[in-house]
Amino acid sequence: MTRFDILKAIAPLIRDHLVVCNIGSPSQELHMLDDQDSNFYMLGTMGLSSSIGLGLALVQDKIVVSIDGDGSVLTNLGTLPTIANNVADNFVLLVIDNGSYGSTGDQPTYAGQKTSLTALARASGCETVVECPAVEITDVLQTALGSGKMTVIICKCSSGNATVPVITMDPVVIRDRFMKAVKRV
Amino acid sequence: MSAHQKIIADFVSNRIEFVTSVPCKQLAGVIDQLGETPEIHHVPCNKEDEGMGLCAGAFMGGKRAAILMQNTALGVTLNTLATLTQFYRLPLPMLISYRGEVGEPVACQVEMALHTKALLAQLHIPTYHFHKPDDLAELDRILKHTFMCNKPVAILTDASFWKGVNA
Ligand SMILES: Cc1ncc(C[n+]2csc(CCOP(=O)(O)OP(=O)(O)O)c2C)c(N)n1
Ligand SMILES: [Mg+2]
Repeated sequence: MTRFDILKAIAPLIRDHLVVCNIGSPSQELHMLDDQDSNFYMLGTMGLSSSIGLGLALVQDKIVVSIDGDGSVLTNLGTLPTIANNVADNFVLLVIDNGSYGSTGDQPTYAGQKTSLTALARASGCETVVECPAVEITDVLQTALGSGKMTVIICKCSSGNATVPVITMDPVVIRDRFMKAVKRV
Repeated sequence: MSAHQKIIADFVSNRIEFVTSVPCKQLAGVIDQLGETPEIHHVPCNKEDEGMGLCAGAFMGGKRAAILMQNTALGVTLNTLATLTQFYRLPLPMLISYRGEVGEPVACQVEMALHTKALLAQLHIPTYHFHKPDDLAELDRILKHTFMCNKPVAILTDASFWKGVNA
């Protein structure tokens, strides 16, 4: 399974939650599969999906799912200690770990080699860290969403990107409709 | 009221409820004051671009956010300022310790001081420089301006300012 297969599988689970989605192919694929006002698409700023999601989860009660990538977590590794030490039980960080920088042509990351993001998350102090193969993602995510516990999921999958269009929506429109979704009861 | 108290009081009266920071010696007193301010949720970050991500999330969640940082971090935040804060039009007061100005004891700090205003100008970031203690009087209006225009705004606080307010 690739990132696209995972997003397709989890779309029904996340569509009613606030979602912050990683730059490039992840956002483009999610946008194509199931565009929602409650999706915040990152058009740039590699690395900050988990930070934006944590900031959002800390200030309001709705569940926030940050969809991140292994390469992006590696570039913003400081995020894991911040997450661990600022627990938001309405926050799920889903790292789609395809072992590569997918959007830029599947160049290998260290997460696909000797480095374990799961071990890094645990060593950072994150209390609920689940590593799973892609086939288990629906069950694992459903459990996390229902657990009332901040959860970091490291979902291992194959490299590869679907052929989907870029997002042409204006960033201010993305932000405005997302903020309205945050406020919606 | 000390300068530290005044800064945080202005944050509170401008409804800033979320602050992230990476420490600087010059900002130590302000950071201490945050710990005594229940109206503000302080979430220390490990890198300033990460902190700006936290602020973006907090703002979209309905809470006004601000960052405390040292000017030496400006370089690592340029991409975030351009592609997140500015691109999505998010307001962000940046209270910046302006190291490397007159009164600086550490030579290395001068190197980024040389680039600070040029980088801020290049990014078209409204920039205010607190040099004398009285300059603090403008903070309240600068914060209002920031949330009026939805832009990142830099408040540079140099060694002379801190020396003056701590005298
Ligand atoms: C600062 C910066 N460096 C490099 C890039 C180019 N870039 C965009 S997406 C991406 C890959 C991200 O990889 P990952 O987080 O693992 O996500 P994946 O596409 O594999 O799901 C890279 C390197 C960028 N956008 N910004
Ligand atoms: Mg990847």
